Amino acid sequence: MDKKVLLIEDEPNIIEAVSFILSRDGWNVKTHSNGHDALDAVRNRQPDLIILDVMLPGKSGFDILQEIRADSELTQTPVLMLTARGQEKDRDMAEKAGASRYMTKPFSNAEVLEVVRSMVGL
Amino acid sequence: MSAKPGPVFLERRTYRRRRTADAARLLPFLGVVLIGVPLLWGDESAEMAKTTRVMLYLFLVWVLLAGLSAIISRNLDKGEDDAPPGETPTRDDM
Amino acid sequence: MATLNVLVLVCLLYVAFLFAVAFGADRAARRGRGTWLRSPIIYTLSLSIYCTAWTFYGAVGFAARSGLEYVTIYLGPTLVMVGWWWTLRKMVRVGRSQRITSIADLISSRYGKSNTLAVFVTLLAVIGTTPYIALQLQSVTLSFATFAASDPTAAELPDQQSTALWVAFGLALFTILFGTRNLDANERHHGVVMAIALEAVVKLFALLAVGVFVVWGLAGGVSETLARIDASPIADWNMTGSRWIGLTMLSAAAFMCLPRMFQVMVVENENEDHLRTAAWAFPGYLMLMSLFVIPIAALGLQTLPEGANPDLFVLTLPLQEGRDGLAILSFIGGFSSATSMVIVAAIALSTMVSNHVVMPVWLWVTGGTAVVSGDVRNVALLARRMSIAGIVLLGYLYFRMSGGGTALAAIGLVSFAGLAQFLPALMGGLFWRAANRTGALAGLGVGFLVWLYCLFLPSFGPSAILPQDVFDNGLMGLNWLRPQALFGAQGMDPLVHAVMWSMLLNTAVFVFVSLVTFPQPVERLQGAQFVNVFEHSSGAATGWSGHLARSEDLMIMSQRIIGARQAQALFSGAAQRQGLAGYLPEPTPDFLQELERELSGSVGAATAHAMISQIVGGATVSVEDLMAVADETAQIMEYSSKLEAKTQEQERTARQLRAANEKLTQISVQKDAFLSQISHELRTPMTSIRAFSEILRDTGELRPAEQAKYVTIIHDETIRLTRLLDDLLDLSVLENGQVVLNVQTGRLGDLLDRAVSAAGGDDRAALQILRDRDDEDVMLTTDLDRLVQVFINVISNARKYCDAAQPVLTISLKREEGSLMIDFIDNGSGIPTNQHSVIFEKFSRIGEIKADGAGLGLAICREIMARIGGEITYLPGQSGAAFRVILPEAIASEAHAAPA
Repeated sequence: MDKKVLLIEDEPNIIEAVSFILSRDGWNVKTHSNGHDALDAVRNRQPDLIILDVMLPGKSGFDILQEIRADSELTQTPVLMLTARGQEKDRDMAEKAGASRYMTKPFSNAEVLEVVRSMVGL
Repeated sequence: MSAKPGPVFLERRTYRRRRTADAARLLPFLGVVLIGVPLLWGDESAEMAKTTRVMLYLFLVWVLLAGLSAIISRNLDKGEDDAPPGETPTRDDM
Repeated sequence: MATLNVLVLVCLLYVAFLFAVAFGADRAARRGRGTWLRSPIIYTLSLSIYCTAWTFYGAVGFAARSGLEYVTIYLGPTLVMVGWWWTLRKMVRVGRSQRITSIADLISSRYGKSNTLAVFVTLLAVIGTTPYIALQLQSVTLSFATFAASDPTAAELPDQQSTALWVAFGLALFTILFGTRNLDANERHHGVVMAIALEAVVKLFALLAVGVFVVWGLAGGVSETLARIDASPIADWNMTGSRWIGLTMLSAAAFMCLPRMFQVMVVENENEDHLRTAAWAFPGYLMLMSLFVIPIAALGLQTLPEGANPDLFVLTLPLQEGRDGLAILSFIGGFSSATSMVIVAAIALSTMVSNHVVMPVWLWVTGGTAVVSGDVRNVALLARRMSIAGIVLLGYLYFRMSGGGTALAAIGLVSFAGLAQFLPALMGGLFWRAANRTGALAGLGVGFLVWLYCLFLPSFGPSAILPQDVFDNGLMGLNWLRPQALFGAQGMDPLVHAVMWSMLLNTAVFVFVSLVTFPQPVERLQGAQFVNVFEHSSGAATGWSGHLARSEDLMIMSQRIIGARQAQALFSGAAQRQGLAGYLPEPTPDFLQELERELSGSVGAATAHAMISQIVGGATVSVEDLMAVADETAQIMEYSSKLEAKTQEQERTARQLRAANEKLTQISVQKDAFLSQISHELRTPMTSIRAFSEILRDTGELRPAEQAKYVTIIHDETIRLTRLLDDLLDLSVLENGQVVLNVQTGRLGDLLDRAVSAAGGDDRAALQILRDRDDEDVMLTTDLDRLVQVFINVISNARKYCDAAQPVLTISLKREEGSLMIDFIDNGSGIPTNQHSVIFEKFSRIGEIKADGAGLGLAICREIMARIGGEITYLPGQSGAAFRVILPEAIASEAHAAPA
């Protein structure tokens, strides 16, 4: 398996943890840590899967997701939203913006693996 | 008389204050008149028209004016501070 | 024999003493001590600048030439003073309530804040005063030369020009040092006033000493003296009535109109009640100054050689009798008279020149942009300093040009007559509501021209400026235009002739033009305020309607003009009266009027008016205002102004409600955000902890280095969680008021050191911190740890959010009404005005920028400051983000008694 995943997240410790888990599972993990040019990063990397945090410096995750969905080449790319705010309305907003899946922090490592695998159809 | 001593007293004080202000207004005119007096001592009587006499007279007038001014100004001071409350303002101050 | 060296030495010592007195008085006044500085006696003594060198030397000369006539010059002011209830009281009240800076300001302010009028009055004042300053310089050099001539040890006569130049230089220096320390003319010049009060005592004492010497030393007693006078050339009293009355009236008019008299009488007046003392004490002073003039003149005429200059009898009599000490005292007296006049005249004229000529030109050149962006205060101070130097220089040049030839007294009276031209406009302005600007300008213009033609130009002598032909046959051969026999008024004394015609025509034109022209609305408002000053000193009429005014712009401008401290006090005071917190009051008409008055104390009424209108967008005089002025029936006036006030009141209330509503909405949004924020702040570290602990649990073959790293992360994140919980608990405890203060005493400087090093934990942004360690020598008694916590927060905020290329944080201290204010001002872009009201709320982060910390810092700071009895506020209108920590008097004390 050589699937590319792009992790857009600003907490260095969470980046480290997720990268570790996914790399061990055989993923090719790229990371990006701010909101401003997240879309450019997505275009450059052409990932098979995007993991996107909601609270990013510079731009909110919801806005980035909207931009991704607005790009004709990226409409089908699966996006997993991560959020630390556990409110119902955040889930609604994520779905409205076009998130494929939605997870609330903190998550279990096994759960993350399971979800990302299912998203790319493994 | 003794039934209402209060109002009589206050009225009198207000009256005093107004008259003191009148005196303050009149004082410079008194000064003008007094200073003009030596002009009347012209050539008719040489005895009066001496510099020394006029000088003594003028300095006496000067002391008198300063003294009157001191008395009046002091009383004005008192008068205004003690002005009874609620008294309607008059155009006196114009 | 008097040695010149002793004189020079005494003179220098005396000058040094004057500097010390002025310095000490200024210092005492600034520290709020020295109530004696504001006593009525000092006020009375400062009025004595009326008695210049012209009095000290010239009165005797005057008496030697025309007997008792000299007393008219002192009887006039005496009459004005004893009649203070009429005019001076009103002038002082108007001056104080309108924050008047000079006589030009008063006239301009009364006639619709017209700068044209102000410039005209200023010009007239400069023309009228310059010869007088020259006269003072001349008297000093002349008396100095007299001394030098009597001293055989002096190798050569000192150069008169250089003496005058040195004196002029010294006077300009003194005036600049003590006269322009404050910009606000209503911030009184305590140093200068104290120095001239001292000089007043010295000159009186000197003249009395010479008098006593002459009467009891030379003549041998009072009756002998009277006999000597009777035997002298001035024994007979033959006074012409017109001159006696004319001169008395002229000196009375000049007393009220001289710019320097206006300065000490109105501008420097501390308290209206001081007039009560001056009303008798100043006539007394004048009487004593005049007392020995005739004896000195008579004895001088008899004992001194033929042809001796009578203007110098006061000096030459003791010199001739070998009384060197007395002669030196007399010289110092004359010196005092001359210097105090020049100093006050220079201050008064420089205020006029800078406020009415330099500042308007500068405003015009910069197109008004400088009102908000330029440094008005420095420009104004510089203008004032240059003006002082320029005016003294002008006096010196006049002295050199004129060659110092004319008799002293002549120049003085010519100058008096010129300045007396202000009288009709001044009195009309105070007592006659219909007096208007056009009338004042026309009257002043005509009076000035007549004075110029009939008195000033002829005073240089026939053929000097006006050709002899004009004297004999009139201008252009018109017989009725002869300068000393205008309209055929022949055989009159030239001075009385000129005074009569100039004042008569001035008044007539002023009244006539006022009657036939219409005043502008602002003039009518000001007219009502001036004439009826005793009815509404609190200020009723108003010209400002400030719907569009922006308080912050006004504050920025005010800070540049009256200084940051005073502006902040003014604005926060006004805000408090309106029931608002912080520094930005609503721009109500009342506030704008107060502000304008405050500013006019610094830059004059016309300029202040122009400056505010540049920000507010023009003064509006409403129909209601006009009715209030035009219509004497008070009912309509009251009704309409009430109606207007009500509308404005409603509008303001609505605006305040809207603001309150906005704040509530913002708070509600924040409350909502609070939960999700808490959730976010707790879940983020938990995510790392959970992920890494699962990795450690589930992954078998981790390298030891990896293991250690992951355990460290878990550890750090638990600490972060703990800190967050601590902050939350802290805030909750503070908010519920359950906190126990741990009161200690420590030095502010040390606390700031602690805070700076604690806040400087990371070095990713090199924040430069500017401090004044001497200022920080203040002992504080409060919960020091809590206070340091506040400092740390504010400093690390600057570290995080200051977006300047080279971030600088300035920490400065101010003391005001006992409170200690510590300002933290950075050079970043600051906080937008719409955020000011929420930055102290929980979890508010400026501009959604994510930085570490949960956004609880400033909320905690606010609570801490409230608990220890202080306050933390955001200071708008500074160079960047600015926080002010305010500590009450009880907490802060000077550190003098601190243990080493």
